[in-house]
Amino acid sequence: MVYKVLLVKYAEIGIKGKNRYVFEDALCDRIAEKLEKVAEGFEVVREQGRIKISCPDVYDFDETIAQLKTVFGIWEICPAVVIEDASWDSLVKGVGDYVEERYGDRKMTFKVEARRSDKSYPMTSPVIASEMGGCMLDRFPNLSVDVHKPEMLLYVEIRNMAYAYSESIKGLGGMPLGANGRAMLLLSGGIDSPVAGYMVAKRGIVIDAVYFHAPPYTSERAKQKVVDLAKLISVYTGPIRLHVVNFTDIQLAIIDKCPREELTIIMRRYMMRIAEIFAEKCKCQALITGESIGQVASQTPQSLLCTNAVCKLPVYRPVIAFDKQDIVDIAEKINTYETSIEPYEDCCTIFVAKHPVTKPYLNIIEHSEKKLNDVIDELMQKAIDTVEIIEVN
Amino acid sequence: MVVINMEAYLDNAATTKVSDRVAEIVKKTMSVDYGNPSSKHNKGFDAEQYVKAATNIIADSLKVQPKEIIFTSGGTESNNMALIGAALANKRKGNHIISSGFEHASVYNPLLSLEDFGFKIDFAPVDEKGHIKTEELLKLISDETIIVSIMYVNNEVGAVQNIAGLSKAIKAKKNDLIFHVDAIQAYGKYRIFPKKEGIDMLSVSGHKINGPKGSGFLYVDEKVKVRPLIFGGGQQKNRRSGTENVPAIAGIGEAVKEFYENHEEKINRLYDLKKHMLERIPEVPGTHVNAASLDSLREAAPHIVSVSFDKIKSEVLLHALEEKGICVSSGSACSSNHPGISSTLTAIGVKKELLDSTLRFSFSVNTTIEEIDYCIDTLKELVPIYSRFSRR
Repeated sequence: MVYKVLLVKYAEIGIKGKNRYVFEDALCDRIAEKLEKVAEGFEVVREQGRIKISCPDVYDFDETIAQLKTVFGIWEICPAVVIEDASWDSLVKGVGDYVEERYGDRKMTFKVEARRSDKSYPMTSPVIASEMGGCMLDRFPNLSVDVHKPEMLLYVEIRNMAYAYSESIKGLGGMPLGANGRAMLLLSGGIDSPVAGYMVAKRGIVIDAVYFHAPPYTSERAKQKVVDLAKLISVYTGPIRLHVVNFTDIQLAIIDKCPREELTIIMRRYMMRIAEIFAEKCKCQALITGESIGQVASQTPQSLLCTNAVCKLPVYRPVIAFDKQDIVDIAEKINTYETSIEPYEDCCTIFVAKHPVTKPYLNIIEHSEKKLNDVIDELMQKAIDTVEIIEVN
Repeated sequence: MVVINMEAYLDNAATTKVSDRVAEIVKKTMSVDYGNPSSKHNKGFDAEQYVKAATNIIADSLKVQPKEIIFTSGGTESNNMALIGAALANKRKGNHIISSGFEHASVYNPLLSLEDFGFKIDFAPVDEKGHIKTEELLKLISDETIIVSIMYVNNEVGAVQNIAGLSKAIKAKKNDLIFHVDAIQAYGKYRIFPKKEGIDMLSVSGHKINGPKGSGFLYVDEKVKVRPLIFGGGQQKNRRSGTENVPAIAGIGEAVKEFYENHEEKINRLYDLKKHMLERIPEVPGTHVNAASLDSLREAAPHIVSVSFDKIKSEVLLHALEEKGICVSSGSACSSNHPGISSTLTAIGVKKELLDSTLRFSFSVNTTIEEIDYCIDTLKELVPIYSRFSRR
């Protein structure tokens, strides 16, 4: 059957106060952007407490739903039929036709829920519900009422016209992008960082990304893998401005001058510093990493303390307390897992010491870093100046 | 010497540039003579002439009959057809197949898949020069043995087998054995005459000899039974169905024709390049050449030089060379996507710490002495830098 209208119910926006329209407008815009890809002629309008999508005469329903399932902020999508003449007899016929087309003469239990935002309508909501229930029982002898666990929950809504629907398709939840600022994701080729980016974006935050590559120690393919990952999460997060930073010289300087077992910690401190510089340029309010407590030597609480110490911006670490499998589950859900496990080496692993420090002391790390004093400013500047920016869309 | 923007493509064992003559005939069979050889009209007839011409060129080059040539999609399909096809067609005679310890994945993996169908596979060992230990191979032959499959030129180090000698030895022990030879790196570099060398099946790929990718053939002696792998419209005398890939077939035909023109001169030039590289490699510190030496230059293939580098991971050096416009390979390009230790290098006894530090340089008729000089000069510059930062 062809649905003329999709009613979108949103998640947490409903509890916002006077700035609620900011969130609603953002959600309308995100929905409209996605539906442009499906067909021309979708109309997205904010109605009281929800969003109404009017569909063009011809469109691919499955593709439309698939696109809506990538929009943060949507709680449920309800495909509805429109009954333009909401006078009682027309309404009963319209709702009955919908039930017949959708369910045929199937034997099932049901319940009617009614709402009228048009308070001039001559019946109250409870009366509409019970009267409509009776009419349906008359028309479909196989239906029976179950008010507790109905197989079909039939909604009838009366506004300037009437809508009938009985299905709700789960959306992603979260908040619409653009409603909550911007953050810089440290994106590696691994499993965790794309998931971290996705999770933060789900809270309505637009993300940019930075990737550190170390040619010739890491290959073009390793870089391409990161671009591919950014592209995969951009399905959800929208366009990503990916900063590719050449980290080789800094890495080699650290290897040259600092203790090898502190390499990863010191490297990560410089990555954070560089990420923060780009974050400020992009007007981001935070950094995002895929760090998770104890997963590797550089992610012990002591190591995180040392890495964190160089940052002025807050660092969002959404998977900090996740088990690996829980992260993998999300990676599979958002379709990044297969790409993340492609076997190209990243710059964190290539020179890693056999026994890296797991409980570094900040003062010792800071002392080791001083050995870089005479070269590091120049190397940092070069890394920043030679950044390659890829707009991933 | 300062060379700016120089390029050196030294990965010709992975693939070669298509020659102008080949590209021309490929284009012609795509845009002018694009008929289906099976069609009854003249467009079909014209296309068929290309297939016949290519078949004749190839048959002549091998001194075999045209009907003994089956066109395939390339070396991998040729090896699959030879091994799986012959095994299935001859399973009543026995279920044992012998190969060597350093075959290409397109031989090794079909053999492993045959194990699922009840065949038993043994691998003969090779010595440090990359030669099959013939005595050990002969010991493996039993009443059940139906096929022996040996690579002519090894793709990673360029070692060459004495194919005629091996054939003689194994057939003396069991005369109805089918001898398959993977000649993907050898055809073009050598004149190969299957009837004289006792080869029953020979796999060849077109893109290693300046032909198009997706082209190749399998020579099958008329007495050898091979079950087809691909069924359909009955093309190529039912042995390999599917509309003939006329551009690829015409392309490989032209490539073979061109390659064997002034053949000796070409091969001498390749050996000159190899000699030059072997002479200059010691200028680069910490290098070890595998399965080749200046005093036995002609014992190995003319186009492959395998070098191990102390304390440098091959991929790092590969990418460093790439930045300088030099393309080489670590291990064999076909298996490079699966970082694993090369079985060939293990088989010829390369030291464990060098397994992961070996590059393959390979030449074609287009390779110049300047490219090799540029490569050596670049290595002299890069190796000291990158051996300083090694993994621990």
